[in-house]
Amino acid sequence: MSSLSSSPAGKRDIVALEGVTKRFPGIVANDGIDLSIRPGEVHVLLGENGAGKSTLIGMLSGLLQPDEGRILVDGKPTPITSPRHALALGIGTVFQHMMLVPTLTVAENLLLGGPWWQRPRTEELAARVAEITRSLGITVKLHAKVSELSLGEQQQVEILRAMVRNSRLLILDESTSMLTPKGIEELGALMRRLAEKGLAIVFITHKLKEAAAFGDRISVLKLGRKVGEIPPERFRALGEQEIISEIVELMFGKRKDDPEAAQRPTRTIRADAAPLLQVADLSVAPTDNAPGLSSISFDIRPGEILGIAGIDGNGQKQLAEALAGQRAATRGSVRLEGTAIEAASVGERRKQGLRYLTDDRLGEGTVGTFPVSINFFLKQVGAAPFWRGGVEQRAEIDRRAAELVREYDVRTPSLKTPVARLSGGNIQKVLLARELAEGAKVVIFNKPTYGLDLANTLASRQRIRDTAARGLAVLLISTDLEELLSMCDRIAVIANGALVGTVGNTDDARTKVGRLMIGLAA
Amino acid sequence: MSIDTAPTASATALDPTSGAATRRDILRRLLMTLGPILVALVIAGCILLAVGVDPLAYYGYVLEKGLFSPLGIQQTLTRMAPLLFLAAGLIVAFRAGMWNLGGDGQFLLGAVTAAASAPVLVQVMPGWLALICSFLIAMVVAMIWSLVPALLRAYQGVNEIITTLMMTFLGTSLANVLVKLVFRDPGTTVPQTRTLPVDERLPRLFDTTITSGLLLGLAAIIIVHLVMTRTAFGLKLRIVGANPRAAVHAGLGVPGLTIAVFAISAGLAGLAGAVDIIGVQGNVRADWNPAYGLAVIPAVFLARMNGFAAIGFVFLLSVLSIGGESAARRLGVPNHFTLVLVSIVLIVLALAEYVDHRYNQSRKA
Repeated sequence: MSSLSSSPAGKRDIVALEGVTKRFPGIVANDGIDLSIRPGEVHVLLGENGAGKSTLIGMLSGLLQPDEGRILVDGKPTPITSPRHALALGIGTVFQHMMLVPTLTVAENLLLGGPWWQRPRTEELAARVAEITRSLGITVKLHAKVSELSLGEQQQVEILRAMVRNSRLLILDESTSMLTPKGIEELGALMRRLAEKGLAIVFITHKLKEAAAFGDRISVLKLGRKVGEIPPERFRALGEQEIISEIVELMFGKRKDDPEAAQRPTRTIRADAAPLLQVADLSVAPTDNAPGLSSISFDIRPGEILGIAGIDGNGQKQLAEALAGQRAATRGSVRLEGTAIEAASVGERRKQGLRYLTDDRLGEGTVGTFPVSINFFLKQVGAAPFWRGGVEQRAEIDRRAAELVREYDVRTPSLKTPVARLSGGNIQKVLLARELAEGAKVVIFNKPTYGLDLANTLASRQRIRDTAARGLAVLLISTDLEELLSMCDRIAVIANGALVGTVGNTDDARTKVGRLMIGLAA
Repeated sequence: MSIDTAPTASATALDPTSGAATRRDILRRLLMTLGPILVALVIAGCILLAVGVDPLAYYGYVLEKGLFSPLGIQQTLTRMAPLLFLAAGLIVAFRAGMWNLGGDGQFLLGAVTAAASAPVLVQVMPGWLALICSFLIAMVVAMIWSLVPALLRAYQGVNEIITTLMMTFLGTSLANVLVKLVFRDPGTTVPQTRTLPVDERLPRLFDTTITSGLLLGLAAIIIVHLVMTRTAFGLKLRIVGANPRAAVHAGLGVPGLTIAVFAISAGLAGLAGAVDIIGVQGNVRADWNPAYGLAVIPAVFLARMNGFAAIGFVFLLSVLSIGGESAARRLGVPNHFTLVLVSIVLIVLALAEYVDHRYNQSRKA
């Protein structure tokens, strides 16, 4: 996917990325990404949360520096060292969250960032804004306070600000997420006019429909990698439905380089066994920034892996947290081996054998500054034999921690190393060791291989299979359809906080799950 | 000033296997702490020069009065008693990530209730029992005073920095009101509580004027240090402090722990008030507010919430405040210059921390 191979003469890349890689402690956010951004084109970056879109934008706008690879501006390798530098290069970014000062007027906001020793050039600005708005067919009230504007109008101001600063490349990060349907349509039309004026536009979204409706070129990101691109020629040749189905194929389809390509599980589950985990009618109220759950019901038998598929942010985390007891449910019952646990606390549920392996390894799974040894026992603080009479038994803790380090192959310089210094794969091994050690009956895995490299991904998957083989019930939440297909006995699809269907993992499961995920009937 | 590193540092320091690395670490920490203090002394000296005072004479008087004169050192050690209790309370709160800045209100309410109860109780029960009861009353009252910020923080997530500061203003005023209206000694014309006779107060150590409250203070801070570093309860508090979301995930009862932290922290502040009254002052005069609670905060920070280091810094603070009072009188410097000195030390330390951090970053890169 070289950016240069299909470059027609005369239409050179304004900005090109070559093999750009960015790592954060524990995860590879961007992995060898190539991208070409051209004038007059709306380049859609499509991907789920965590696919690496924001990191990519961070590097383009000068907030982050790539670890490997290079960024070319006008064909010349140029490190973009700061947001100020990005602006000077003509790269303007409209971030997901509004970056205007609400108590100032539009004009004042547009004048921010000028040299401090100069008097603001208000007249000059007014003339320039008039010229830009006329050519774009929008109206902007220069003297209105930003707080009085609607979100759509604020966004226009942000775009205008980028234009006033002579941007040649405009990056719109999840710009439609807070807009009304009409606002989205207007933004789409505005993008078209900007592209016609010769600007390059990078439009980031995770909504397939918008990608198909507004784009000229689509790049699909998945788990930090670019998994495909639809160039403009193909884009124009295809109809909207065909584009959507092609994107779905790219986002959820078979990865050619996956060495595990869907080897179907061969476990046999006794159909007559009583379910270990029974969830009925579980509901959670939505919050400001997260969807709720509506009436979730499922059973998992011993030795069975039930997968939860779905686009990220559809209630997966809420489901896991509600089951673990971290989030209050408004309704419904949860039974573990027939015992109702919906009223039990997090600690009680754990004692009964329910384990939750969180996807937020550093945020809530571990205490980063604490040593590896203590992190193994975070959920057992005070329990014998590691604490006696409330007093820490350091020797006992270190002995058992050393055992777990060996057994789970945690690569750590020492037991005392702060856990945050380990790689993501090794932090995950610490969590696996903690959750799968003695007493587990039902294990919830939330995105267990997210951000891991291949070796650690395979190791984690094997752990999960072994867990089920031991006769435990496993709930596997993942956004990686391949992973689910290779491991689960049944796959349920979650959308907007509800299970929209459950399919057995048979030959046509891929298609069925894919259809359910984009809102079609299986 | 990084707070998160404190638990890790103590955890590594306690490990026996890597003696050399640990010694190097301790040495580095000593250098990182003492170096900036020296720099701060120089800067403060420049300020003294600027106002026309000989800095060497000032520091000389501070050391002479606070450290080297027999009477001065006894005063210094006596002053340490309440400061140690306050420091112990702050260590619990800060390690659990809760910023109890209401120490002064809790201290004064503890002091006033101890001053009100002790003279009455000694008349109806044996002296030692009366003193214990007064201590307990002071502790409980301070705990109750911390309940409002504790509940607000635990169940509503209200920022405790604001609430404890607000409660400290109310607490100081309430303490005054109590002295003037409720517990006023009818036998005197100045508004103050009844005075506890000298021979009923905490015994003095040996033949000196040093209060035995010093030993209580030392015991309190060492116990707190051991509880925070060696016990399950202490670990739970440190988890809450280092990563509250991990605490929820691990199934800890965060609201309950929050209330416990406030109760312990305030209880120790109340005991600080009691030990100052029962050991030294004997009564509370109206409008008395030594503001120890705020003065101790820098010492606890400098010690990075380590109990043993805190003892050292509290000693330093005592020397400075006893010696500083005397030096200020003799040289005509405002009494508050001690505070200027402490704040310069803090600023320089923060800068040193920043430089050190940048240095580590660049070495890694």
